[in-house]
Amino acid sequence: MNIAKVSLFVLLSLPLARLGQQIAVELHTPGTALGADPGEAVVRFLGEWTLILLLATLCVSSIARLSARPRLVVLRRTVGLFAFAYSCLHLLAYAGFLAGFSWSELVGDLTLRPYIMVGMAAFAMLLPLAVTSTRNWQLRLGGNWRRLHRLIYPAALFGVVHLAWLTKDGYGEVAAYGAVLALLFAERAYSWRTRQAPVGA
Amino acid sequence: MLIRKPDSIASSEITPERVYVSRRHFARSLALGAGGALALSSGMSRASLTDRELDNSLELTPEGIITSYNNFYEFGTGKDDPKKYAHEMTIDPWQVKVTGAVAKPGTYDIEELLDGIAVEERIYRLRCVEAWSMVVPWMGFSLKALLDRLQPLGKAKYVEFHTLHRPSEMRGQRSFFSGIDWPYVEGLRLDEAYHPLATMAVGLYGKPLPNQNGAPWRLVVPWKYGFKSVKSIVEIRLTERQPKTTWNLLQPSEYGFYANVNPAVDHPRWSQAMERRLPSTLFSPNRVPTLPFNGYAEEVAGLYAGMDLRRHY
Repeated sequence: MNIAKVSLFVLLSLPLARLGQQIAVELHTPGTALGADPGEAVVRFLGEWTLILLLATLCVSSIARLSARPRLVVLRRTVGLFAFAYSCLHLLAYAGFLAGFSWSELVGDLTLRPYIMVGMAAFAMLLPLAVTSTRNWQLRLGGNWRRLHRLIYPAALFGVVHLAWLTKDGYGEVAAYGAVLALLFAERAYSWRTRQAPVGA
Repeated sequence: MLIRKPDSIASSEITPERVYVSRRHFARSLALGAGGALALSSGMSRASLTDRELDNSLELTPEGIITSYNNFYEFGTGKDDPKKYAHEMTIDPWQVKVTGAVAKPGTYDIEELLDGIAVEERIYRLRCVEAWSMVVPWMGFSLKALLDRLQPLGKAKYVEFHTLHRPSEMRGQRSFFSGIDWPYVEGLRLDEAYHPLATMAVGLYGKPLPNQNGAPWRLVVPWKYGFKSVKSIVEIRLTERQPKTTWNLLQPSEYGFYANVNPAVDHPRWSQAMERRLPSTLFSPNRVPTLPFNGYAEEVAGLYAGMDLRRHY
């Protein structure tokens, strides 16, 4: 599994590497790599990858179940931690590039703008998941660990709502993420029912 | 005779002094080519603005940015979609329907409507409702000159504009995921339309308007959010009732009919107090305070005397 984890690590770092390269070009020759509104472009890029990786994290468990290869689940933590890392950078980029690190602006956004509130709520849910992602915490929390980590469901849902609420028109992207999330929820409902059925019978 | 030459309007009536002194008299006319396409008279290159007395907030946005980063949902919702796909739109021939409460209704070739109207350079700020902005050197003329030709009837209170609706050439209009009920419609109260700042633009940076910026002609209302400045116009209708405008229909709580730039009234989803003047850079984002009426309050605030601008956003 080690090779798998290393390749996964490299794979998930690629978007970041691409962004890093674009930022380097942008800083060297402004306006050439990230368009007219580079701050907006960076924030959007990081937000999209956060959402993609959150859904990918949920996919890992589904694929492990559907393919009957439970060991795949060990990859889930890596994907989840990458999702968290992208979300931290997304938040940082928003605070710096769009809000200009202005406290009044940040507080205003957080208290007045529903799409920011729902995005921040998603981030706040991911935070304890990242902290308790170690083996150590898993043992310490026992059965509660599983319960705590179900927070990824509302976090992913809030992520999609966050995108929907900042969209003016053109809901193709929202529909795509929403459809994937719905499929993942459906798979869980299905697997939960099939696990329950023999016991109840 | 249908067409009379409108009185020319001095720059000083249109633009704040600090702007017009800098651009002096390099406004020249756009001539119509024999084939009907817009062509530029010789010597049309932009006079140098390097000696500009423009204050910093009116530094021109580079042409490459104005023509590659904008909203024109007929071609997609991405900022780079218009540049990518607007070439699919045919702009020649271009006919314009004039309808409603007007003395000269009919279907005109755009050349007939433009014939004899003097085009000048007009440098205006453009503030998008999404909190970014540019400074654009349009080529255009006062909408008033056009209305004077069409002769609205006394009962006309509003003027309404329709963008081209041609899904075969406008892929955004074919999109399944758009809630917009095409064609795109915008409008003005007639007294707003007669204000000398209300502009019909046929070019920018001294050249004919690129397709992605609303060729062959578009409205430019510099004191309102950009979505009021409807592009690629094919119908002009004079009405007695307030037009049902596209964004207002789609999301009435967010986009009003007036849509005057107003830093004191936030969009429900984001603040309007500041704007990113493009091109922006990463580590020193070009953030500037948004001005009431986009900086044209002195000229236009009088149009709204006595109106509650929080209610009529």
